[in-house]
Amino acid sequence: MVVLKTTRKKINKMNIAKIKRRKRLSILLLGFIAISISGFLILSASRDSLIFFYSPTELKEKQEIIGKIIRIGGLVRENSIKLKEQSEIQFIVEDGENYILVNYTGMLPDLFREGQGVICEGKIGEDSIFIANKILAKHDEKYMPPEVAEILKKTGKWKGEGETNDY
Amino acid sequence: MQNIFNFLANPSRFRLFSQKYYSYTLFIMFTFIFLGLWYGLVNSPPDYQQGETVRIMYVHVPAAWMAMMIYLSMTIMSIFALVWRHPLADILSKCSAPIGASFTLIALVTGSIWGKPTWGTWWVWDARLTSVFILFLIYMGHITLVRSFEDEYKGARAGAILTLIGAFNLPIIKFSVDWWNTLHQPASVIKLDGPTIHIDMMIPLILMALGFLFFYFSFLLINVQTELNNRKLKKLFIQNFSVKH
Repeated sequence: MVVLKTTRKKINKMNIAKIKRRKRLSILLLGFIAISISGFLILSASRDSLIFFYSPTELKEKQEIIGKIIRIGGLVRENSIKLKEQSEIQFIVEDGENYILVNYTGMLPDLFREGQGVICEGKIGEDSIFIANKILAKHDEKYMPPEVAEILKKTGKWKGEGETNDY
Repeated sequence: MQNIFNFLANPSRFRLFSQKYYSYTLFIMFTFIFLGLWYGLVNSPPDYQQGETVRIMYVHVPAAWMAMMIYLSMTIMSIFALVWRHPLADILSKCSAPIGASFTLIALVTGSIWGKPTWGTWWVWDARLTSVFILFLIYMGHITLVRSFEDEYKGARAGAILTLIGAFNLPIIKFSVDWWNTLHQPASVIKLDGPTIHIDMMIPLILMALGFLFFYFSFLLINVQTELNNRKLKKLFIQNFSVKH
């Protein structure tokens, strides 16, 4: 009888430990689901403010930002960089569909080139020219030696910015 | 596998294990970092856009990977600690946090130094940079929170809960460059349609990443030894103290 009692006690103890463990796991799972849902809601609600820059196409749909300080981003159109007056330059930022004229005076980052990604901070003037007071160069996720880039351009396998090369 | 976990679950056995093996992990770490630095600084080509500046990548990217990897392992340890009350999981998580925080800081600082010549700015508040900065704050919060309790067990529990809540930052860091317009460029190596990085730049990157991984292993083993020694000392001190008075 005594032996039986102790074994039953042992079994009960094991069961309680198991139940407790299961309870803790389910609390964690519930918490996980609750936080994921709230996180998803927060992120999707604050989508607009999390965007670092607008493309020229997105800009067209947002008329209310005229006069406000915003950032725009896209590619510098080939052969569009013009020196206007003393150190003031004008160039076109495009995203394949739409484009916008940008005026800027000041220092340029090393990677600012035609055909390269760029982000401009400033505001849209009344003549719908973007007046930038800060320019950041954006580079893509491709890394390769200059010789490889040369060869790709020569053989016509170069697909340009925004698309991926397979090599 | 189960047996290995059970074997190492015992703290004193883990200490013997780490005393025995941390010199090996240190050796592997130095080998990989030496090879990676040599390949990255001497043997790999400059980039077609950025020139020689691209070499900062061989420190920046592996450090950022480690910052996230260590947080992921801390998350798994926290689940073990909270659900299964694993005796070693708390200690491993506590000892991982300072290493992870260091890697995050390295990634932030090298990224800043890399950003100035390429982007033209030290820092912007875009989604990627901000989420990594938040990761750094969570690491610092974890480090202070765990140590701010008199009772080690309570501190570890609070730390584990903080780790699990902070884990939601990990997918945000990883996918921030895809979900939102950011200044930071998208992923080059870990992505679905294959890496867009030349093989001569990928090899030093992987070598450095392995070196950093073994840096983590080595310093985790050393940190765990220190932690276990400290706990033993504390226990001895309390025992002696209570005997005398």
